[in-house]
Amino acid sequence: MKATWTLAVAMWRGFIREKMGVFWIIVFPLMFLVLFGGIFNDSSQSKSELLEIDDVALIDDLPDAARAHFDDAFDVEQTDDAEDAIRQVRDGDVDAAVEQDGDRLVLHYSAADMTTAATVQGLFGSFVDGANVAATDQPPAYQLETQQVEDESLDVIQYLTPGLLGWAVAMNATFGAALTLVQWRTTKLLRRLRLAPVSTQSIVSARIVVTVAIALVQLAIFVAIGTAAFGLELVGSWWMTPPLLLCGTLAFMAIGLLAGAISKTAEAASGFANFIVLPMAFLSGTFFPLDQTPEWIQHLSLAFPLRYLNEGMLDVMVRGQGPSAALAPMAVMLGFAAVIGLIATRFFRWEAD
Amino acid sequence: MAVIDVSDLRKSYGSTRAVDGVSFSVESGEFFGILGPNGAGKTTTLEIIEGLREPDGGEARLFGISSWPRQARLLPRIGVQLQASSFFERLTAGEQLSTFAALYGVPDSRVGEMLELVGLRDRADIQTEKLSGGQMQRLSIACSLVHDPELVFLDEPSAGLDPQARRNLWDLLRSINADGRTVVLTTHYLDEAEILCDRVAIMDHGRILAAETPTAFIRGLDAPTHISVEPGVVTADNATDVPGVDEVTDDGDRLTLATREPAQVLTALAERNALDGLAVRGATLEDVFLDLTGREYRA
Repeated sequence: MKATWTLAVAMWRGFIREKMGVFWIIVFPLMFLVLFGGIFNDSSQSKSELLEIDDVALIDDLPDAARAHFDDAFDVEQTDDAEDAIRQVRDGDVDAAVEQDGDRLVLHYSAADMTTAATVQGLFGSFVDGANVAATDQPPAYQLETQQVEDESLDVIQYLTPGLLGWAVAMNATFGAALTLVQWRTTKLLRRLRLAPVSTQSIVSARIVVTVAIALVQLAIFVAIGTAAFGLELVGSWWMTPPLLLCGTLAFMAIGLLAGAISKTAEAASGFANFIVLPMAFLSGTFFPLDQTPEWIQHLSLAFPLRYLNEGMLDVMVRGQGPSAALAPMAVMLGFAAVIGLIATRFFRWEAD
Repeated sequence: MAVIDVSDLRKSYGSTRAVDGVSFSVESGEFFGILGPNGAGKTTTLEIIEGLREPDGGEARLFGISSWPRQARLLPRIGVQLQASSFFERLTAGEQLSTFAALYGVPDSRVGEMLELVGLRDRADIQTEKLSGGQMQRLSIACSLVHDPELVFLDEPSAGLDPQARRNLWDLLRSINADGRTVVLTTHYLDEAEILCDRVAIMDHGRILAAETPTAFIRGLDAPTHISVEPGVVTADNATDVPGVDEVTDDGDRLTLATREPAQVLTALAERNALDGLAVRGATLEDVFLDLTGREYRA
């Protein structure tokens, strides 16, 4: 127990003192979170830019509820120079310009971007129709209500955070185990420890302690940044995340130990680890939701422990599921850890030759 | 009682017999050297004795206990210095020692003593990667001594050191042995073995050719003494005529006379006032090696 703690402290110091390593394990996946979070959050609320020439009574007189809808769809700017407004539409600086002449509304659009033109025309047409119905003082005969099929809370950031966190944890656990094993074998530190009264279990346990500690740091940073910057909301039994991370860490460490056991050099080990982790990340729903992928990918993803970690974390962090939702993924990952770990011990070597 | 008792060790890698029937024993408090060129089988022999490798045949006993398979109760009694790179990454010199002290369950106060012993007290807070080669070498010796072992193994400790660092290291190794520890050292440096070791085993092609004290080796060799002077103070022909001279060689830089009666030859040279640039070299372990193997020593 004391040996485990001593080794864990030594490994932890070695980890935090290597600034590049900390960057790759913590900052690099975080960059994806910031990048994707930024991209997708922006695109979901893109508005059409509209120039209002002089006063357009239709817009200005919209009732409050309709006006709010209108502002969701359009960014309106006022101008009194009609010629300049039309020139801006032609140049593509704004999407459309509108003027009102009595009961007649004129919408200027550019045919250069047909999609935008159609969107603006459609949207604007619907507001005009709405205003027409309102002018008759009759309740509308039909009402349209739209509804997203996914859980409303499942914003982009909601599935991105668990996915990228899973990937970050997988990288840390796999590379940490693989490189520690190869480097310690190369420098003969492994041999040095074998000559000290230290058991193999102590060495492996120390690596697990450090890797899980790093995973918890990753969890804290991801959740903090996701919540503060991108409106991540934890719902459900999110406190089941640490146990999920523990099981995931064990599975990925087993992969790393296998990579380290069969590789002679650090370069080979890191290549092998990359070969597993990168495709695994793509196929396990780290960068895009799995339900948007072809069926064969969904079947293939069942072969990777990261899929279970991602699913488990989605369930308990953002899908509002109870703690029992984490149990099945945990069991599967422990199974992975046991099987791959057993294979790794078959290839394990103390010495470089 | 013999601290190390090795009998008929054998180890082959493929068709290469790395260790081919090695037997010797080392007494308590002895400074024992295994000398041989690279590839002679020194390191493999040491690794089997330390319990890191299983011998194909034979047995190594430490304190009367067989070292294979790995014996947990033997480990606190032996200290093994490996290559200078065998450290935890990015720990300071002090932290390396603390870590090893904790692993062996000895108090942290040993760390200061060890740093003092190897002259690294002022480097305690420096990361190992930033130490010089000699400092790393001394730190790795300190790590192998932190638990106060009775028996210390050193595998080519002075490899890659500059002459100054080597001399510092030799002083350290002598003091370790003077404290009463048994020290086993492998080296391919003849001078190192000659200066440090009480007894030297000369090894080549996986066998121990002979094991003796360095002086006994040289005395038993009956090798000629080489007396050299500056060229010109005496001609080669004149030198050949000096009684007692067996052979004269002139390499243009020095005139060298080989003799088994150095007193007689030196007197004769003095009478001729031909002692300018005089140098006298007795036989060394190098001559012993040449005599034993029939070939030049190449480290």
